[in-house]
This record gives sequence, structure tokens and C-alpha cells, in this order.
Amino acid sequence: MVRSALLAVALFAFWVVLSGFFTAYLLTAGACCALLIVAVARRMSVVDSEGYPVHLTWRAMAYWPWLLWEIVKSAWDVTKIIMDPRLPISPTMVRVKAGQRTTVGKVTYANSITLTPGTISVDLEGDEILVHAVTRGGAESLAAGDMDRRVTRFEGAPRQAAAA
Amino acid sequence: MTAALLDGLSWALLVSGGLFCMVGGIGLLRMPDFYTRCHAASVTDTLGAGLVLAGLVLQCDQVLVAAKLAIIGLLLLFIGPVATHALARAALHAGVKPLLARDGEGAPSKP
Amino acid sequence: MMFAAAAIALLATIAMAIARAMRGPTVFDRTLAANSVGTGAVLLLAVVGFLGGRPDFLDIAITYGLLNAIGTIAVLKFFRYGSMADAGDGKDGAR
Repeated sequence: MVRSALLAVALFAFWVVLSGFFTAYLLTAGACCALLIVAVARRMSVVDSEGYPVHLTWRAMAYWPWLLWEIVKSAWDVTKIIMDPRLPISPTMVRVKAGQRTTVGKVTYANSITLTPGTISVDLEGDEILVHAVTRGGAESLAAGDMDRRVTRFEGAPRQAAAA
Repeated sequence: MTAALLDGLSWALLVSGGLFCMVGGIGLLRMPDFYTRCHAASVTDTLGAGLVLAGLVLQCDQVLVAAKLAIIGLLLLFIGPVATHALARAALHAGVKPLLARDGEGAPSKP
Repeated sequence: MMFAAAAIALLATIAMAIARAMRGPTVFDRTLAANSVGTGAVLLLAVVGFLGGRPDFLDIAITYGLLNAIGTIAVLKFFRYGSMADAGDGKDGAR
């Protein structure tokens, strides 16, 4: 129930930001739209810890800045490779173990791998991610497991999938 | 004074964002096989888009417009890797073999 | 002026992506290039909106970003299953 209420508030805030209307009638209409969407989503049973992981909000604020800095560093490395006349690439495929317990954690790990230029997660089977890296050094630094540890910390302790 | 500072910062961010987008384009043309081209495209998607949008945020005078630019940035950051992963996975299952580097040498082997 | 410089850089990026779309030997290269054209177009919309002094273009940019993503996945689904109506069997083997 709390999760649905938070989802309704988040959707309404999103609506207000996108529309820019502040008259009473239109605000009420927006609130009704948000409530309608939450009602439909509850019927579809998608408002759970996987569909709307609001319990991760605080930890996300510790994880996202580190991820953005990693993106900048890897993008700079890939830029140097592209602009080098010799094109020093050494593409490799490695299998990396995903140490997360929940689906949200594994998907966050795979998405973070793809977001940082230089590594793409090609396939996700059970516990292992098949990664294509543009240099051998990138594959090795990924296999060292720093990002894995950070995403596991971001995911936190296991929770029961609350239906409210 | 601060207007000139904001303008200078916007200039720097927009020009560097444009340059990183072009680097992504050059990488798309230069790279030898499909999977390496995905890496080049993701440079455009993350650094190019981020810098251009940051430069634009400094130029708006309403908070609502800056919020919309932030929403565009978050959209690209969340949806970009999903599309790239879907492409790479579909290519792997359709049989596109990656060009892999031979051990010890820098030259990639033929697929 | 700075918006014009950024717009020219983005147009060059889109042109290079179109060149890859025309050249790319496999269909996945062309789809990747189309996705890059979409990303470049989203940024170009935002910059041109500022250039013309109309912040409404940002709404179009958000919509087009979403359409671009859905379009890429729809094209991939079509190439995998042969039709858009197929729900797939959930298991993935090579075709």
C-alpha cells in the first residue's frame, strides 16, 4: 500500500514537471490520471519490489555518482582508441559471475556494464553474464569485480517481494 | 559577470559534447566489426548526450525546462543500454561472430 | 552561436551514422546506425529548440526518444520471429 502511494506521488510529480500547469482544475485532472494508472498497475500486479524498487532510492544516491564517474573514464579511454590512427583494439569475450541475489540487482549490473563504453553485456544466463570488451585490459578490470561488489552493496539485503 | 561565465561554460560543454558525438560517429565508421561498433555508439549515447544536455541546462531560465532536459538525459541513460544489449544479444543468437584478438598479438583474428 | 556549432556537430554525427547504415554488411549494423541516428536526432531537437527560442521542442524530443527505443526493439523482434505478432517461446536457441 505504501509502495502504491509512493508510486502515485512520483507519477503525479512527473506529470506536473512535464505539463507545467498549475491551475486547480488541471492539477486535479493530473492527480486523477496518476491514481488511475496506479489502480491499473495494481490490477496488473506490477507494483512490487521489482517493478517499482523505491526501497533502493537512498542507496542509489551512493551508487549513481560512482557510475557516472566510471562512464566518463571509460568513454575517455574509448575515445582515445577511436582517434588513434593505429586503432589499438583487442576485442575479447569473457564470462563474469553476477553476485547479486535479486533480478533488479542483476539487471542493474548488466545495465551498468553496457552503460560504461568499452564493455557490453551480450547475454545473461542465470548467474553469468557474457561480456564483450573492446580491449583486454577492459575485460580484466571488469573481471576484477569492483563493479560487482558495488552493485551488490547497492542491492542490499534480500527482501520478500511485497505485493502492496 | 555571471552571465558571461555561464555562457563560457555552456560554450565549452556544448562544443565538447558535439566533439564527443562526432567521435562516436567516426568510431561507427572506423571499427572493423559489429560488436566494436556498439562500443563506439555508446560513447555518443553517454558522454556526447550528457555534455550537450549539461550545456543546455546552463542556458535555460526556467526550472521546468531544466527538469525536462534532465528527463531526456535520464531517458537516454536508461534506455540506451537496453537497446544496445538487445542488439548484441540478437546478433549473437543470429550467428554474427565477433572478431576476437589472438593471444599475444594485437591483430584480431578473422571471424 | 554556440547552439549552431553544436547543431552542426550533431548533423555530422547523423550523417556518419547514415553512412554506416548504407555500408554496414549485416542488418544489425544498420539497426545500430538507425538507433544512433535517433539519439542524434533527440539531441538535435533539443539544441534546435533552444536555437529557435521554443522550449516546446523538448516534449517532441522525449517522445522521439521513446519511439526510437521501441522501434529498435520492434525491428529486432521482427527479424527474430518473422512477424510482430509472435510472442516467442521464451527460450532462445539459434535460429
